[in-house]
Amino acid sequence: MSEAPGRVVIVGASLAGLSAAKALRTEGFSGSLVLAGDEPHLPYDRPPLSKQALRGLTSADTTLPQPADLDLEFRLGVPATGLDRAERTVILADGSRLAFDRCLVATGARARPWPNSAEAALDGVFTLRTRDDAERIAARLRDRPGRVVLVGGGFISFEVASVCREMDIPVTVLVRDSLPLAGAVGAPLGSFVAEVARGAGVDLRLDAAIARMQGDARGRLAGLVLEDGDRIETACLVVAIGAERNTAWLDGAGLATDRNGLRCDRFCRALGADGTPADGIFAAGDVAHWPNPHDGGALVAVEHWGNAVAQARTAARNMLAGDAAALVPHDHLPDFWSQQFGLTIKLVGLAAGSDAFAVVRGSMEERRFLAVFGKAGRTVASASVDSARWLPAYRAAILEGAPFPPLPGGVDAPARVAMQSLEEPTR
Amino acid sequence: MRVVVDLNRCQAYAQCVYAAPRHFALHGREALVYDTAPDDADRAEIERAALACPVRAITACADDLAALDEAGR
Ligand SMILES: Cc1cc2nc3c(=O)[nH]c(=O)nc-3n(C[C@H](O)[C@H](O)[C@H](O)COP(=O)(O)OP(=O)(O)OC[C@H]3O[C@@H](n4cnc5c(N)ncnc54)[C@H](O)[C@@H]3O)c2cc1C
Ligand code: SF4
Repeated sequence: MSEAPGRVVIVGASLAGLSAAKALRTEGFSGSLVLAGDEPHLPYDRPPLSKQALRGLTSADTTLPQPADLDLEFRLGVPATGLDRAERTVILADGSRLAFDRCLVATGARARPWPNSAEAALDGVFTLRTRDDAERIAARLRDRPGRVVLVGGGFISFEVASVCREMDIPVTVLVRDSLPLAGAVGAPLGSFVAEVARGAGVDLRLDAAIARMQGDARGRLAGLVLEDGDRIETACLVVAIGAERNTAWLDGAGLATDRNGLRCDRFCRALGADGTPADGIFAAGDVAHWPNPHDGGALVAVEHWGNAVAQARTAARNMLAGDAAALVPHDHLPDFWSQQFGLTIKLVGLAAGSDAFAVVRGSMEERRFLAVFGKAGRTVASASVDSARWLPAYRAAILEGAPFPPLPGGVDAPARVAMQSLEEPTR
Repeated sequence: MRVVVDLNRCQAYAQCVYAAPRHFALHGREALVYDTAPDDADRAEIERAALACPVRAITACADDLAALDEAGR
């Protein structure tokens, strides 16, 4: 892959795709640059969709800023249906073919649909991934539905519940597990969020599962019955049970895809089914499944904004790299934020698999604190609630693989650290 | 215009809120809420906010390309 590429095709016109396009131009790429996406919109930002945009606080138009001189050719509203590696061509649903020297797979993920398709089709049952989804839900919220039900114990569920409470709409959150968010941020933070949500008036049901949904004669959602027999009346339900990676269009391309996405190496090169880098094909963002150097090279699939941007930039540089020696590894330390119930929650590092947790600044009672996660005696992640300014110090500690708890004896050493070992390591 | 804030970077210093109070606000102690599509007429204000941010979390561009969205449909 030593010849300088003349044509780059990016499939997926969202955060990772646009970030890569910008980086390619910044790195001096002057060839033809096509950004193909199945949504009809210019690349837009998703995080506001479950927060401010849903509440109508600001514009629902979250189109991402785009320098005017990017010189991109957009192919919007048409999905890619195939990738011909031998011909170095991306095939679109309208039959057109886009030849490339380098291709970036940035097709992200979609909302996991409710498994019962008849129930999923009821008017009033939503998922939230796209701008169009957000517009539909926002319109429903403006009509003041009686009670909104959120299904799922992840961030999107709690963010939407928070918006509903701010609009004074009654809301129920159904979580299958005994704690929300425990998989992502561990049990102590999961129970903190649960308490905050309940304090804000959320009817939070743990260990709860839907037995069936009920529709009226006109196909509108009327209510649901839980497995424990309880009935909840609702005409608006948002299914927020995670995401599925968009790799189906790559079927038949001989690439290493599975439910975790498209496998790539640390240089963002997509791997073929045989495990070796596929010539000229790269991946970035939610669709990618990559070895994380901060976790001993364990494979991670991160569905966060910061990773999409960082990985796209690394992929862009590597797409232009003349030879293997010029490749740069993607060594981004995963991070994300969430805003809910007036609080900002941020996490840096990989809390998954951690075995210890300590609040090192502030306290959960004040709802303002910084916590660290340990794994086998090392600091692996840090979370802040309304204490973002402290995070960079702990990011540094995580990168150094500092002992847990970190920074002993330093200016910011806590008087007493209440150590907590996690009975059930976070997943 | 189009605005995006990298909220991983944002540390709620609120400098943007002082610079462009009609387009940036803090809800609670740290939850920054911002206008993703401010009017082009407010460009100077938005650019001041972007420059004021001590962690350079704000990206803004004039939206010459907005028309493309319609064309792309
Ligand atoms: C409601 C919501 C709130 C979020 N909040 C936060 C947050 O607070 N903090 C945070 O860190 N992260 C958050 N995220 C996650 C963040 O938005 C994602 O990590 C990010 O969007 C990933 O970008 P991406 O470009 O990799 O993928 P995506 O944004 O999923 O974009 C992929 C694009 O490719 C398109 N596509 C798919 N298949 C094809 C095909 N065959 N042909 C052509 N195009 C195709 C898709 O339609 C989509 O437009 C949130 C996500 C959602 C949905
Ligand atoms: S000035 Fe920057 S850091 Fe401060 S609130 Fe605004 S975006 Fe956040």
